[in-house]
Amino acid sequence: MLLEISDLSIQYPRAISPLLENISLSFACGEVTALLGPNGCGKTSLLRAISGELDYAGHIHLFGRTQADWYRTQQDHRALARRYGLLAQHSNLNFAFTSREVVQLGLGPGSLSRVEQGERVEHFMQRADVWHLRDRLFPSLSGGEKQRVQLARVLSQLSLAEPGEEKILLLDEPTSALDLKHQHQVLALVCEVAGENTAVIAVLHDLNLAARYADRMVMLGQGRVQADGAPAALLQPDLVEQVYGYRGQLVNVSGHSALL
Amino acid sequence: MEFRLSDKSLLPALIALLLLGSCLSLAVGAMTIGWGDVLAGLMHWSWPSILDQDVPEQYALVLGEIRLPRLLLGLIVGGILGVCGAVMQGMFRNPLAEPGIIGVSSGAAVGAGIVLVFGAVLGAWLGTHSEKLQWLLLPAFASTGAIFATWLVYVLGDRGRSVVMMLLAGVAISALAGAALGMFAYVATDTALRDMTMWQLGSLSGATWTSVLVAGLIFATSAGFLWSRANDLNALLLGESEARHLGVDVNGLKRQIIVLNGVAVGAAVSVSGIIGFIGLVVPHIVRLLRGPDHRYLIPYSGLLGGLLLTVADTIARSVFAPAEMPVGILTALLGAPFFLFLLWQQRRQIF
Repeated sequence: MLLEISDLSIQYPRAISPLLENISLSFACGEVTALLGPNGCGKTSLLRAISGELDYAGHIHLFGRTQADWYRTQQDHRALARRYGLLAQHSNLNFAFTSREVVQLGLGPGSLSRVEQGERVEHFMQRADVWHLRDRLFPSLSGGEKQRVQLARVLSQLSLAEPGEEKILLLDEPTSALDLKHQHQVLALVCEVAGENTAVIAVLHDLNLAARYADRMVMLGQGRVQADGAPAALLQPDLVEQVYGYRGQLVNVSGHSALL
Repeated sequence: MEFRLSDKSLLPALIALLLLGSCLSLAVGAMTIGWGDVLAGLMHWSWPSILDQDVPEQYALVLGEIRLPRLLLGLIVGGILGVCGAVMQGMFRNPLAEPGIIGVSSGAAVGAGIVLVFGAVLGAWLGTHSEKLQWLLLPAFASTGAIFATWLVYVLGDRGRSVVMMLLAGVAISALAGAALGMFAYVATDTALRDMTMWQLGSLSGATWTSVLVAGLIFATSAGFLWSRANDLNALLLGESEARHLGVDVNGLKRQIIVLNGVAVGAAVSVSGIIGFIGLVVPHIVRLLRGPDHRYLIPYSGLLGGLLLTVADTIARSVFAPAEMPVGILTALLGAPFFLFLLWQQRRQIF
């Protein structure tokens, strides 16, 4: 397993009860996992704990080693960076970099030649459908455009991994600012990326989008994992009502299930 | 396409301007010296037997002992302020951070004030070595004050996430420093008082070869170290967690920046007092010309900072010649409206 979480609990200071309690999950290579659940259920906190920004009780293993172990030396930290990417929900870059320069930051100073760097940047900007924005200033882009540029940056970062190395990609609501077309485009891209030796874990809000693209859905609620399994098994009105407190109706249109 | 100058045009232009500004600064002043005499005077001062030509003795003295160290000090202090402004803006991820505005220079001034006022007490205790120690103690105390102030503003400003808190913390620290300096003024001797007034206004008039040497060494080392972290600073602009995911040791980087910045600003303040707004204006201009990439921003800010302070100092000491105006007044006069303009531009992002 690329990422293993065991007995993880998160409690914010001064909170009465823990946000998450004794959660155990593991994530395999090649799989897209959608993290779902009502507002405030701890999806983003779980992601932040996994990415090491939040204090927690319990254990998180990345590629078989504990998280703290990876950050002990600068060499290991850099080695982890090329196979472990995070796309945050918001980006607040106040300085006038062009989109192309932002994507290039993902490649860092590294060992690539200038030409190779240029090719990689173009490749990932094309895939995230932002190549036409390459010379625009990043702060002047719309929210959705920024998100796609940042996705291209994270993907270019993961392209630095050695061939055959397994990778982890964390996405915090990657579709929140996107229009309809790009929601589908980005999730299709994410599925492609999972096929390239990567475990993808994405916080998502839209159940139907998650069901359509994810290989596995994990529903959080009341501090625990409420359901974990294949989308078809989880997209059930009873279960959704239990987690979200809203009863939807399941419809079936040309092979795709959707909850309305 | 975004407007960016290439290094091929920007670097030669900046160096040419620097040379021009330097010559101007050597020639202009209470005693105007012709272009030819500047060169002859300098040569005569550095190596009296090199020329057969007769150069007035006072030219050599004014150039070698007063104007040249002052010019070099201006380039160094301006460079420090430019580089530190650029790096601090990177760390705070906001173009409004500046040593003067967020109280770092004030912190350094308090450190320097302690040495100036209590130096006499310290001197009696240390005996005859106090004179030699003063040039070491002054930057050391000023740097400590600057490091402490930077750390405080950074923590209070929610680690670069809150611009409002950063600016308000700067206001509070400046007020506190003002009170401390005012208190020092009451117990200070006349000489110390005069020194302190100069400190608070900011002036290069105290330039000596010792101060040039000390500030120059500190500038070269700290700016060099900071430049070597340019790639990591670029990553930091994306955000702290993003930078960490890109393999940057964020805490180590921030510690290094706070200490190196503090040492450099402390050195600058201990030789010239609080000269504001250079660190604000210079990186802004460089970003407009060359973009926000720290690999270029840091060296160009150093060069442009030196140029700007030298020109400002030349103007400040020649408009009311033979009296001279502290250069800090001039930079504040030009820089403060620029700060207001930036605030106005950013008003939507701040609140």
